[in-house]
Amino acid sequence: MHDAVLRIAGLRTQFRTRQGTVDAVSDVSFDVRRGETVALVGESGSGKSVTALSVLQLLESTGSIADGSIVFDGRELVGLSEKEMRDVRGREISMIFQDPSTCLDPVFTIEDQLVEALTIHGTARSDARGRALELLRMVRMPDPETRLNAYPHELSGGQRQRAMIATALALDPQLIIADEPTTALDVTVQAQILDLIRTLQAETGAAVLFVTHDLGVVAEIADRVVVMYAGRVVEQGSVFQVLKDPRNPYTAALLASMPGAVAGTGQRLTPIEGVVPSLLDMPSGCRFAPRCPHAWDRCHEADPPLAAFDLNRESRCWLEVDGAVDGVGTAEVVG
Amino acid sequence: MNTPTTPTDDLPSGSGPDRPPDTAADRSPAGGSTITEATEPGDGERQTPEQVALGRRQRFAESFRQFRSDHLMGFLFGIVILLLLLVAIAAPIIATHDPSAIPRPPQKLAPPSTDHFFGTDQLGRDIFSRVVYGARTSLIVATATVIISTILGTLLGAVSGYLGGWVDLVIQRIVDAVLSIPVLILALFIASLLGASITNVVLALSIIYIPRFSRIARGEMLRIRSAEYVTAAEALGAKPSRIIFKHGVPNLVAPIIVLASLTFGQAIVAEAALSFLGVGAPITEPSWGRMLSTSREFMTVAWWSVVFPGAALSLGVLAFNLFGDALRDHLDPKLVR
Repeated sequence: MHDAVLRIAGLRTQFRTRQGTVDAVSDVSFDVRRGETVALVGESGSGKSVTALSVLQLLESTGSIADGSIVFDGRELVGLSEKEMRDVRGREISMIFQDPSTCLDPVFTIEDQLVEALTIHGTARSDARGRALELLRMVRMPDPETRLNAYPHELSGGQRQRAMIATALALDPQLIIADEPTTALDVTVQAQILDLIRTLQAETGAAVLFVTHDLGVVAEIADRVVVMYAGRVVEQGSVFQVLKDPRNPYTAALLASMPGAVAGTGQRLTPIEGVVPSLLDMPSGCRFAPRCPHAWDRCHEADPPLAAFDLNRESRCWLEVDGAVDGVGTAEVVG
Repeated sequence: MNTPTTPTDDLPSGSGPDRPPDTAADRSPAGGSTITEATEPGDGERQTPEQVALGRRQRFAESFRQFRSDHLMGFLFGIVILLLLLVAIAAPIIATHDPSAIPRPPQKLAPPSTDHFFGTDQLGRDIFSRVVYGARTSLIVATATVIISTILGTLLGAVSGYLGGWVDLVIQRIVDAVLSIPVLILALFIASLLGASITNVVLALSIIYIPRFSRIARGEMLRIRSAEYVTAAEALGAKPSRIIFKHGVPNLVAPIIVLASLTFGQAIVAEAALSFLGVGAPITEPSWGRMLSTSREFMTVAWWSVVFPGAALSLGVLAFNLFGDALRDHLDPKLVR
């Protein structure tokens, strides 16, 4: 736990809306260790992207970090000036976006975009050109010399995402935040990009915070998984443990709703009934209680804390806490 | 790697048949998608490597060629513009007489002849030479006006759109105020306040045309600001100035270029109007507008003194407008009229 490259603790990010201020995420805490891939999983509106954007402080003008701390490589990022954050962005933490067809500037060639990523943080233009080609080779761009002079619209989706990944790798960052990098791609290309991210991570030793809604992708790429629901972390642990033995009813329900879980068995998929509650109108007790098959009185009355148990596993559920009271685990209340 | 291997005779649209067979062999066979040789299936309609390799110059040549074939009218008027420019630059060579010289004995209001192609005016000055020199005045004023208002207007609009907040508010209210006053009235006011000189006409017209550029630039910038590539640039640590100039301005030039070419024509008319009213170019400079103004009294006895400067003015405006229209259609193919 000591060598966490990113440590988020008690993060609360607010947005101003016409109906007042809402907490898009609250009480989010997790670590990303050096060289590790952590998947941040959740439905739309669970706050996973907001969490990721909070790390780089790239929230829209209506959003702001209200509370909590984000320590990167021993340095507190919350409260840094915009100028100081600019030094962190790209150089120490970089980001890969969801849709590679819109996040590359259409009027510049791939080479220009790579050179820009390098020169922003002071690389000499002459060195940057050589490095750009090197980066395209690194991301296994087919025919990289030619692609340097290509404009984004001349590349396929997968090639564009490779170029995007190359810009993210440009300055050898310690942490790469990947916000649904495969969602906008064809399934076959998805697998290639996941493969690529995995390979590059092994080569560069960078940690990856992988934001996704796809548990299938999580299983392929992540070491650990953080499950979010309605702006909260509801469960975290190693991928193997969480996917095999989910301790939180939400994670269990999420897994049961995946096609893979019942494939070939002839069973129907089990959807999660209901919808994610609105941030403006959160249930008073556990936020998942209205949709939870296991909910009882206590769940509607009080919000369960995030309880730690086993090795580095946490779950936000009264079942867990009460289990601890019953002496089943050695849980301690952390949240 | 930049040399085109095949002369592309038409715009690339991913046409397969004339693709040399070896390029397919360069790429790994479909299906053999190992990570080292990434081929993406469903990639068939993408361009061949040669097309990708087109350099900036070839792209421009290609675009130019298409402009010529799709917008022949606009292309021809583009040539007219070039000819006008040539006339303006080479005025001393082309003019047959000194445009201000009054010959002795004066041949007042002489009809067109081999000596005076366009005849002479009420003082006996050669109209052909005055029209030629008038092109100079018109184009100098229009060019300077368009350059100044394009640069300042785009800058103001881009900054206004990107920063938003009170900066945007202040700039846009000033823009609104200027736009709310009729163009000619404001130009008259400013020009008469400053006095008749070429510089002052340029100044007055620039003040009038800056707001329209700023409006367009701001609108485009608002669109660009919310584009993901801007967020991506911010995620790389780019400063606001870099985003405005590197990502903002290059992405908004297309509508600005079109507006500039249309404004060119309007600036020519506006200069002529101001000169016609006596607050434009000074009396010493031959100007189409002033020529029309002084010769209108002699219209019934000397048609040539009105027709030639008028025709020159119309041709200039027509050329810039039609060229601008064609350019707009060319740069924005989605626009169906």
